[in-house]
Amino acid sequence: MTSPSEQPALTGTLIFDLGSDDSRCVEPPVLDVPPIPLDEVLGASRRSAPALPHVTEVDIARHYERLASTNFGVDSGFYPLGSCTMKYNPKINEWACRLPGFADLHPYQPASTVQGALELMWGLQEALAEVSGLPAVTLQPAAGAHGELAGLLAIRAYHTDRGDARTRVLVPDSAHGTNPATVAMCGYEAVQVPSDERGGVDLGALRRLLGTDVAAIMLTNPNTLGLFDENILAITAAAHEAGALAYCDGANLNAILGKTRPGDMGFDALHINLHKTFSTPHGGGGPGAGPVAVTDTLAPYLPGPLVARDTDGRFSLADPARSIGRMRSFLGNFGVLVRAYTYIRATGADGLTDVAEQAVLSANYLKVLLHEAWPLPYDRTCMHEFVLSGSRLRKEHGVRTLDVAKRLLDYGIHPPTVYFPLIVDEALMIEPTETESKATLDRFAAVLLRIAEEAAEDPGLLQAAPYTTPVRRLDEAAAIKQPDLAWRPSPDS
Amino acid sequence: MLERIGVRSIDDLFAVVPEVARLARPLALPAGQSEVELAEHLLSIAARNTGAGAAVSFLGGGCYDHYIPAIVDAVLSKPAFFTAYTPYQPEVSQGTLQAIYEYQSMVCQLTGMEVSNASMYDGATAFAEAALMAARVTKRREVVVSAAVHPEWRETLATYASAGALEVRVVPASGGVSDVAALTDAVSRRTAAVLVASPTFYGTIEDIPAIASGAHTQGALLVVGGNPVLLGVMQPPGELGADIVVAEGQPLGNPMSFGGPGLGMFACRQDHVRQMPGRVVGKTTDVDGKIGFVLTFSTREQHIRREKATSNICSNHALNALAAGVYLSAVGAHGLAGIAEACIAKAHHLEAALVGTGRFERVFDAPFGYEFTLRFRGEVRAMQEHLLGRGFLAGLDLGAFDTTDAGLVCFAVTEKRTRAQLDSFVQEVAQL
Repeated sequence: MTSPSEQPALTGTLIFDLGSDDSRCVEPPVLDVPPIPLDEVLGASRRSAPALPHVTEVDIARHYERLASTNFGVDSGFYPLGSCTMKYNPKINEWACRLPGFADLHPYQPASTVQGALELMWGLQEALAEVSGLPAVTLQPAAGAHGELAGLLAIRAYHTDRGDARTRVLVPDSAHGTNPATVAMCGYEAVQVPSDERGGVDLGALRRLLGTDVAAIMLTNPNTLGLFDENILAITAAAHEAGALAYCDGANLNAILGKTRPGDMGFDALHINLHKTFSTPHGGGGPGAGPVAVTDTLAPYLPGPLVARDTDGRFSLADPARSIGRMRSFLGNFGVLVRAYTYIRATGADGLTDVAEQAVLSANYLKVLLHEAWPLPYDRTCMHEFVLSGSRLRKEHGVRTLDVAKRLLDYGIHPPTVYFPLIVDEALMIEPTETESKATLDRFAAVLLRIAEEAAEDPGLLQAAPYTTPVRRLDEAAAIKQPDLAWRPSPDS
Repeated sequence: MLERIGVRSIDDLFAVVPEVARLARPLALPAGQSEVELAEHLLSIAARNTGAGAAVSFLGGGCYDHYIPAIVDAVLSKPAFFTAYTPYQPEVSQGTLQAIYEYQSMVCQLTGMEVSNASMYDGATAFAEAALMAARVTKRREVVVSAAVHPEWRETLATYASAGALEVRVVPASGGVSDVAALTDAVSRRTAAVLVASPTFYGTIEDIPAIASGAHTQGALLVVGGNPVLLGVMQPPGELGADIVVAEGQPLGNPMSFGGPGLGMFACRQDHVRQMPGRVVGKTTDVDGKIGFVLTFSTREQHIRREKATSNICSNHALNALAAGVYLSAVGAHGLAGIAEACIAKAHHLEAALVGTGRFERVFDAPFGYEFTLRFRGEVRAMQEHLLGRGFLAGLDLGAFDTTDAGLVCFAVTEKRTRAQLDSFVQEVAQL
């Protein structure tokens, strides 16, 4: 318990430490039916109450305000986290998903009472099909990795239906970690394909690996180096020649909206991270949504239910004929779908193309400002992001990319993605997004150039950074050695 | 900017895209709308739905119309929470991290388990991941699941299992609960886990200790699905022999939102933490000795371990877990128990009254919480359609999920349903 004279610390004061035994926020309703003896109806009822917080509404409001003040979001400042597309999340999205006509719907209501919700989902399916160049869309997956699993299981079902059991999936060495993890969850062996000297898939190596045992190749294009693979048509054609299908990780879709489409590149399946490309907020780790778009060939295998528009203009739910089955309960992360739909309607056809153009322009501009001071292993026109290497700073000054990232925090900037992709030494993966101004990009470049100078002048300054954050570097080893994963009441309380 | 880059036009930046793959026409999508037009459009779509405010709902089946205290959305609406990414930079993510640690602590309190992860997508995927985890822990690959579990949870499990990692055996229910003898018979030295839920899809409460002993005798783990509101008054599964407890966390401060996003609660024993899927937050200190929180045991996860990870899960439902944490703080143990008691009392009141009308009959003897299943003496769909016309969403037609359950209707009653609503519903039923 905090003593009366003590202010709760900015961090580390738990909600369990606040209030007193008789503090209350929300009281349960007064019972308007006869009470029921719980032991009789439940058999085993609780012997002791769970040790939940006992606090007032004021305690809660101030506690979470304190916690929020230690958190960095897109509204706090520049967030150039590569591969994550931390664009601004328009506020109307938040208003829309909270409308009672959306938020108060039960998933098992009769279709006649949810025509608006189904219409919205159908409209989103159609828009995602148009953007991806792939005609059939399921909105069910809850996240990108969940979409990968759905897409790969559909590919697996397709091969199984043809009596063509295949065992391996090819994944480039630059791939997101979820790709090989998904491959393993699908019961396939993940086989790594090397990148070539231009940062694309090594086409020769790919051709050598492609055989009758390969179920699919799994690719991100533009890839995690932020580079568009010039050989993409040859790559997908080679896969198809070998009887394999081509799966696209849609994490980087923001770069190509309205410019080119995965379906037109020869991909058979794609997941789309609505929480990246379509501006739905990341929520501190989720919820996201990972709709999957596929060719007509794969459409019968999608997880259901999908929304269909009947001939009379009404909307209904239906399962595809050879569906792999459900990926989850209910219909999908509808609240996220409403936000993405809102964004697409606000942005419109031309606007979406502008998004890609501005995102690519911003990234190339920033790259040019930085590439002299910071080595760029694959220095050519990039798409929406690019990857710098901190190898020179490490070699010359003993300063690691991790130190650079921590120093950026002192300048009020969220660090880029670090140490990914794995094929770049001391990687810094920078994705500015289209929603940042030129002034923000200029300041970021100036800060990163200043940090490079600091590394030369005083490496120790970076190695001990950050200094101005609510907490400083944390002991991650101790967290594993003496795991404390949950608060527990002290035995005497 | 173009000049600085050294190109003449933005199109030059896209020159790398092969000509034949370029989209040579505008996207066939509507033009962008101004905010005022867009708001009008969205309001008109939302108006084509009948929400919980417009009809009296007795729908449950994993998604419930509970009251959400105003403080919950006030906290969730703070941009520093909802516009943040995964807390990979802990120095500027203590808000998210501490809130998750507090959530994990509350889940442990509710379930009686030692460790909770930072959340999964929903109850169904948590259930499927629990089966996969049990297979890793026991190094066995068969799981035995009770048919009394929500059909969508079982379907999700079947989908996750379809790639061959698991063999799923479904054991028929009996009297609206698991057939304990049949479940026990189905368990062998090949069984990784027995999976049940209490309450069941029918709303009934299972005899967990009996099921636990059947599983543990053969070295299998017991996975129990729960309802977090009922865990405010029920003996926690962790005290009854469960090894993994999962639940759909939507009832804790999350709107129904047409079924998503909710959250998957996932809790297990400390011994098994290295086989657990998903993120977990731990407490530690910084270089100045200040208390702080970090993502920990990350070597289980896909971004480190790639194809050897315990799961491919990356994004979770952190914001929904935050909602659950704020909700549980707002109601406290006293409030949660009060809410559960109100739901249970109202459900029992309605059940007796519906049976009293003569239009419904009891089919199961097992105890139930705030959901119950009755047989309707007549045509279910016609009855539901008629009552919808009178302003009621009259329960779940279980025959729509499984034809062998035709004629059964499952009703959920939350604390939001008033005596007056229950009485007028019963009156309408009596007049059928």
